[in-house]
Amino acid sequence: MEINITINGSDHASDVEPRTLLVDHIRRTVGLTGTHVGCDTTSCGACTVLMDGNPVKACTVLAAQADGTEVTTVEGLKTADGLHPIQSAFTDDHGLQCGFCTPGMMLVGASLIAENADPSDDEVRWAISGNLCRCTGYINIVKAIQTAAARVAESSNGS
Amino acid sequence: MAAPTTPAEIGGIGHSVQRKEDARLIEGQGNFLDDIDLPGTLHMAILRSPLAHARINGIDSSAATAIDGVLAVVTGDLMDQHGLAWMPTLSGDTQAVLATDKVRYQGQEVAAVIATDPYIATDALEHIEVDYEELPPITTPQQSLEEGAALIRDEKEGQTDNLAYTWETGDQGATEEAFAQADRVVTLETHYPRSHPAPLETCGILADVNSVTGQATIYMTSQAPHAHRTLFAMVAGLPEQNIRIVSPDIGGGFGNKVPIYPGYVVATAASLLIGQPVKWVESRTENLISTGFARDYYMKGELAVTDEGRILGLRVDMLSDQGAFYSDAQPTQFRAGLFHVVTGSYDFPAAHINCKGAFTNKAPGGVAYRCSFRITEASYLIERLVQTAAYEVGIDPAEMRLKNFIQPEQFPYETATGFVYDSGDYPTALRTAMDEVGYEDLRREQAEARAEGQLIGIGIAHFTEAVGAGPSRTYDIAGLKMIDSAELRVHPTGKAILKLGVKTQGQGHETTFAQIVAEVLGIPANDIKVEHGDTDHTPYGLGTYASRSTPVGGAATAVVARKLAEKSKKIAAHLLEAADEDIELASGVFSVAGSPDRSVTIQDVALAAYTNLPEGMEYGLEDVTYYDPPNLTYPYGSYIVVVEVDPDTGVWEVQRMVALDDCGVRINPMIVEGQICGGLTEGFAMSAMQWITFDDDGNCIGANFMDYLVPTAWETPRFELLATEVPSPHHPIGAKGVGESATVGSPAAFVNAVIDALAHLGVRNIDMPVLPDRVWAAIDAAS
Repeated sequence: MEINITINGSDHASDVEPRTLLVDHIRRTVGLTGTHVGCDTTSCGACTVLMDGNPVKACTVLAAQADGTEVTTVEGLKTADGLHPIQSAFTDDHGLQCGFCTPGMMLVGASLIAENADPSDDEVRWAISGNLCRCTGYINIVKAIQTAAARVAESSNGS
Repeated sequence: MAAPTTPAEIGGIGHSVQRKEDARLIEGQGNFLDDIDLPGTLHMAILRSPLAHARINGIDSSAATAIDGVLAVVTGDLMDQHGLAWMPTLSGDTQAVLATDKVRYQGQEVAAVIATDPYIATDALEHIEVDYEELPPITTPQQSLEEGAALIRDEKEGQTDNLAYTWETGDQGATEEAFAQADRVVTLETHYPRSHPAPLETCGILADVNSVTGQATIYMTSQAPHAHRTLFAMVAGLPEQNIRIVSPDIGGGFGNKVPIYPGYVVATAASLLIGQPVKWVESRTENLISTGFARDYYMKGELAVTDEGRILGLRVDMLSDQGAFYSDAQPTQFRAGLFHVVTGSYDFPAAHINCKGAFTNKAPGGVAYRCSFRITEASYLIERLVQTAAYEVGIDPAEMRLKNFIQPEQFPYETATGFVYDSGDYPTALRTAMDEVGYEDLRREQAEARAEGQLIGIGIAHFTEAVGAGPSRTYDIAGLKMIDSAELRVHPTGKAILKLGVKTQGQGHETTFAQIVAEVLGIPANDIKVEHGDTDHTPYGLGTYASRSTPVGGAATAVVARKLAEKSKKIAAHLLEAADEDIELASGVFSVAGSPDRSVTIQDVALAAYTNLPEGMEYGLEDVTYYDPPNLTYPYGSYIVVVEVDPDTGVWEVQRMVALDDCGVRINPMIVEGQICGGLTEGFAMSAMQWITFDDDGNCIGANFMDYLVPTAWETPRFELLATEVPSPHHPIGAKGVGESATVGSPAAFVNAVIDALAHLGVRNIDMPVLPDRVWAAIDAAS
């Protein structure tokens, strides 16, 4: 079937099997491999992308369901202005080790701070509770998301 | 903590340098196994046994083969024609690659489909007909060793029962003598349940065998690419120069990516036979049900103690559930890994340890999940046992430990089972952690809470880990000595490339190993590229597990950098027209002793190494070191956990977790703390929720992330970290390794805390995972 998804600002029209998962479409057809697969059962969140701004787990969304939507993957976080604040905060606060969960964590974090300029520790932990990390113990991920929120707030206050 | 000796712009030891790995990972530009695509890549899916024990009477793959897009269905018979139906394990057993006679556990590999598309390959599995004749499954090691139990390994010559191994160590006579002198014997029986490392990236391979040249390029999620290359050569008979293993970015390993799995062998054979690249990436269920489980030790520990709480001796009986094949990844000499480090942090003269393992109809594995070869089980047992003894003797668990600790002046200390601990100050560590948590106040609060019916528990674990395997006289895996290497080349402009035999899976080697070179030569860490994981481009080594990267690979790095420093001093002397012995090197500046204004930089020296040398010196500035450690290193720590238990539901919550770690010199404190927080989380996970279990039919319960619970951010406790720093006296930079310490040490602290909350009721043990229903049942039984 014919679908057209806007991924990171570019239109991607393709003919896919109806059963094609969004994550496979993104990784294999479009060729953006920053979105990962960790569990196949919507449990781990490594495949998280933003669909019309909302985090979804792309391993249990059909590509067909994303027809006509705007999808943001980790590759779309950086803009002409440079890294998204969530990206630099993950480095600064050592929010990643192996980096496999990181794209999903950053996208959930970006989505959270777009809605909540000053999330508490619990609010961050709740927001990322659908995303598993096996390396960090989450403590620095929480910190990085809060750092990013603070930097966004600071730059919007300053402008 | 010692202050860094280099300025921040050089970023030597002690600086929390930001990680070089991050730039690609935060932009989605990592290069994980499944991200690699080669022209003409075929995809493999594996048909697995739904039954735990069954005879295979026949396999009909004709319908699957007829599907459009399917190139081949590989069965055990086909593998057998090439002598590859079975393969050796890392513990000297054999393991089926694809089943030919029987299936011996649920999830065992039976056939593989090779197709043009992964969806087609998975579809085709449904069309393979296997005629199984069910056999009764054996699901516990106790059943397995009963008289008359069905023989699981009937194919194994000389095997007449289900015993996988026996192993005994320590001094039985001396131990019996100690027990005869004891005022009392304290016993603890407990099960360290089967767990799974479950790194977020599953295992996978992309095998590309060129049928014309015979060159096999094998991309593989490997913690030990060099060892895997050699084992591939030995098992498959491929000439080793034609095998190139590339271990790309690894999405966590934790021991899961140490073994060679059947899927790797089948994919490589399929690529060889078909002449196209073949990719296989496990599903999460495949990962959990068939690859590298950990633990599963039934342990009985007995301590001989005096009425004053002095430990005289230790006796341990252990029975391990090995699954269908004995495939522990461990040193050849030790049948139960380094489990005999079970004497812990305590000074007593006698111990005797008796181990046996049994085959069952469960997945094989026995990997060291974020630990050094079964040390987690050992550490757990002794720390639980010491606490039990404290209750029985009637002294505080902290006092019990302080009374029996190996004292700082006793190092190097030889334990009753022959380990020689290198250094430590255990009393300071425990007292520091006790001060931080406010131990005395907590005990008062606990007593007051009990009076009001509330259950507060304070759990301590003081662990000593033995890591960094290891000295070649003692340590090998499958005959390969556990040395490791580093090759360092400084380019003419003073930038460098460091090539390692070890392989990061998230530990940050590209950063920390550059810092070791920066410390020695003064080349900024950011000017040093670290290459690892590609066997064609790095020197030989046994890989990254058992916290051995820093103790062995890190030592090799320091040594090779020092070799280049020596040569550099000679070049500097030539440039400065001074005597070699008058040259001093600090933070990349070579100066003449007594004339600090006469100096050249490491960058000047690097250029001179290719352009302007003293008479008779060979050009270039590079070298390689193979490091054979003189001993293991012994990081340790004191962990204290405070929990509150709900007496009505058995639910327990962590109120505080204070973790003091001493891993010797910290190369990058930020990364060390990151490792500790990750390790503590996995320790909490094992104590509270992670559990691979089976029903009586051998069905694996815990086959996905809905049944196998790993902690999310919501459940994970907050940690308070502390540090002391007693360097390793034999390691070139005094470092000990830290990646696994927290996983090894913390489960006992969490469980001890829950038991401590219930100790006044007479509760002494609840097996892990300490699930609320188990806690509730223990309270109920006690009252």
